Amino acid sequence: MPAEALPGRFDVAIIGAGVVGCAIARRLALAGARVAVIEKALDILDGASKGNSAILHTGFDAPPDSLELACIRAGYEEYLSIHARLGLPLERCGALVIAWNEEQEAALPALMENAIRNGVIGIEPLDQAALRKAEPEVGAGARAAFRVAGESLIDPWSAPFAYLLQAVENGAMLLRGAEVTAASRDGDWRLETTRGEVRAGLVINAAGNFGDSVDEILLGRRDFTIRPRKGQFVVYDKPAAALVRHILLPVPTAVTKGVVVCRTAFGNLLVGPTAEDQEDRQQAALDPEQLKALIRRGEQIVPALKGQEVTAIYAGLRPATERKEYRIRAHAGQACITVGGIRSTGLSAALGIAAHVEQLAELAISPLEEPVWPSVGNISEFQPRDWQAAGHGGIVCHCELVTRREIMRALEGPLAARSLAGLKRRTRVTMGRCQGFYCSAELSRLTEGHFEQPMAEKVR
Amino acid sequence: MKLPTATDVLVIGAGPAGLAAATELAGHCQVLVIDREGAAGGIPRHCGHYPFGMREFRRLMKGPDYARALVARAEAAGVSIALRVNAVALHAGPSVSVTSDEGMTRINARRVVLATGVRETSRAQRLIGGTKPGGVLSTGALQGMVYLEGMRPFRRPVILGTELVSFSAIMTCASAGIRPVAMIEPEAGPTARWPSSLYPRLRGIPVHYSTRLTAIEGTDHVIAVAIDGPGGSRRIATDGVIVSGRFRPEATLLAAGGPVERDPHTGGPRIDAAGRCSDPDFHAAGNMLHPVETAGWCWAEGRAVGRAVLAGLKGDLRGPSHPVSLASDALSWVVPQFTGEGGAFDRLQLRVNRPVQGRLAVRVEGREVWSRRIHSRPERRIVVPMPRAGGPATIVLEEA
Repeated sequence: MPAEALPGRFDVAIIGAGVVGCAIARRLALAGARVAVIEKALDILDGASKGNSAILHTGFDAPPDSLELACIRAGYEEYLSIHARLGLPLERCGALVIAWNEEQEAALPALMENAIRNGVIGIEPLDQAALRKAEPEVGAGARAAFRVAGESLIDPWSAPFAYLLQAVENGAMLLRGAEVTAASRDGDWRLETTRGEVRAGLVINAAGNFGDSVDEILLGRRDFTIRPRKGQFVVYDKPAAALVRHILLPVPTAVTKGVVVCRTAFGNLLVGPTAEDQEDRQQAALDPEQLKALIRRGEQIVPALKGQEVTAIYAGLRPATERKEYRIRAHAGQACITVGGIRSTGLSAALGIAAHVEQLAELAISPLEEPVWPSVGNISEFQPRDWQAAGHGGIVCHCELVTRREIMRALEGPLAARSLAGLKRRTRVTMGRCQGFYCSAELSRLTEGHFEQPMAEKVR
Repeated sequence: MKLPTATDVLVIGAGPAGLAAATELAGHCQVLVIDREGAAGGIPRHCGHYPFGMREFRRLMKGPDYARALVARAEAAGVSIALRVNAVALHAGPSVSVTSDEGMTRINARRVVLATGVRETSRAQRLIGGTKPGGVLSTGALQGMVYLEGMRPFRRPVILGTELVSFSAIMTCASAGIRPVAMIEPEAGPTARWPSSLYPRLRGIPVHYSTRLTAIEGTDHVIAVAIDGPGGSRRIATDGVIVSGRFRPEATLLAAGGPVERDPHTGGPRIDAAGRCSDPDFHAAGNMLHPVETAGWCWAEGRAVGRAVLAGLKGDLRGPSHPVSLASDALSWVVPQFTGEGGAFDRLQLRVNRPVQGRLAVRVEGREVWSRRIHSRPERRIVVPMPRAGGPATIVLEEA
């Protein structure tokens, strides 16, 4: 890729195009700032944001009075108020927090109290009979539960994509394949990237699993050290989605929210994540033994999962630090804000984090009077899909019913997909049960000339 | 072509089985074949190698020529083929919801023939560890890239599996200048029979038996695989992985609550000896019934099922017959799942799920009616004559 430094001076440079960076870009662009988003990967959402459980949490189990809780609550409310306008789905299916032993059952009242104290409404205890009525397929070991009516399923990729698209349509610039290698400040920041220099008044570090090393580059020090926590997931084929209605959550521990069983926006059933600390920040390797253990755990929660077909397996890395709380800090006098340690609640909290960051930024700007509201194409099962409307040009990905029109659209425009992974996240292509058996060949032709790393080379 | 809203027989899938059934029916009734791909012919379209066509055309053909010949024969017989049409749901009646560039429509028919074929088991379904770089493909995807698109996804891949299709992957590689560096087989010997299992040696490709593929490495593209075998654990530098074989039916249309029930053993529809599904307005033929058979076999089966459909339309098909059950955990499936005379199937076909030796027997109401010594492996065809005596049949394997 040629060096193509972004022209001129930006009010704000955001490092990292994960869900948090995308939400901040949107917020600040709407606030009237000239925003640059710098992403080291070839496409957006390529780090921690690529593998999560796709739930919009209410914050019922967040630590009381924490910044994390405030951001989740604000993020949740804002998602509810903007999703329809951006074309984003919301499946308000609710969650059940299930106790599997006496000790967990004893912990339920305190969790419910915490939820109410956190301002979450729609909390309702369920005894064993009510639990069984609400979720007939849940395992025999389930003793009691409580419902959190507001917990919802969303599309984990279209949401941040829509945030960044709205930022870009309102003037923000995205620089991909650009890793920040050095930084200096002489009134303005000068960020050296692998694709040229970017000048900005304020820098926001939203670098996820690399938050600490980016702080080193910017400030010469770090307030925290990232110790990525790997989460592996198993995705079951569509028929399994009929087995549950709610998001099935365990009683959380100090370390993790635990293994969740829930439907996905794409009509599958998800079981995960694991919680494994590791050093590697780049690679989230799949481990068959852990996946088998996850499958066994899933079959305890929903026994009918036995014999259901697996469609996909994936692993994500949450940017955990040595402390549980978010590590958001405006560095006084240094025109720099670090947004670090956003672990598993990033998708839910992103819009709230963005609002918080806008306050910290104290930019002397005035909001756009008539901002553009783009609508993203729906790829979830919660709203009508493209294949249901005429003129789609035929189906390319048969398992996920992805149309030729959807693929061609995703390869165009300011946020055009630049990798197969990026195209998957925009369209669901190859994500289904055949994992590319049927459509890889046609896809390699359709994407020719669009990807930095082509799917295949032309030989004749 | 504007899709019709009704036809006598709707065939889903324009591969060898679907085209054979349609060709058999043409001239007797109105037949429409729909296929979701841009060209008819099914999987043989992207098998640019021999041997195809002996049964059907009495000559040795490459897959794409064979596919074209099947299509030409069907069209000459009066079959209509609509391409880029995806069936999305089956309904009692029968009728089928489809989507195409025209959007969503529904096609009513007197009978529906399901012939949607198979796919290979993916890396995800095998729970193979490691990262998820580009360059991990099924044989089907590789063949599509090489033969249909003239593209090459890697140069020095490893091949996982030693089924017939794994050796066909070697031929595909050879035609695109791809040189596999190893074959990996978890079992102690090859799954496919001699002589195809000699093929890697002729090509100078080492085959690692009793070896597991434990992890795939690489970020954007595969750089290596880790294997674990008799010689311990080691790493092979490579730029791709062909995850071959372990076929399973492409039976998405058999959704829960729909009219056609799934056989838990094959994963495809449960059929009687006439190829009729649990809803007898639906028939099925080809590899969706039995992962996996040759194109020629599927073609012959499609013809037989086509004849049975015709007999059914005339009211000449007999009613329900007796179930066939499996009485050994080494037997993985049997097709058809019911006995019967005068239908499309005059044999039972079955498979084992591990290498076995022993005596295979068929019992009808406790009485043994047939037996044979077998020495078999998974993915190898085992054929048993259709039991004639009336009553439920049981297949027993006494391992030696």
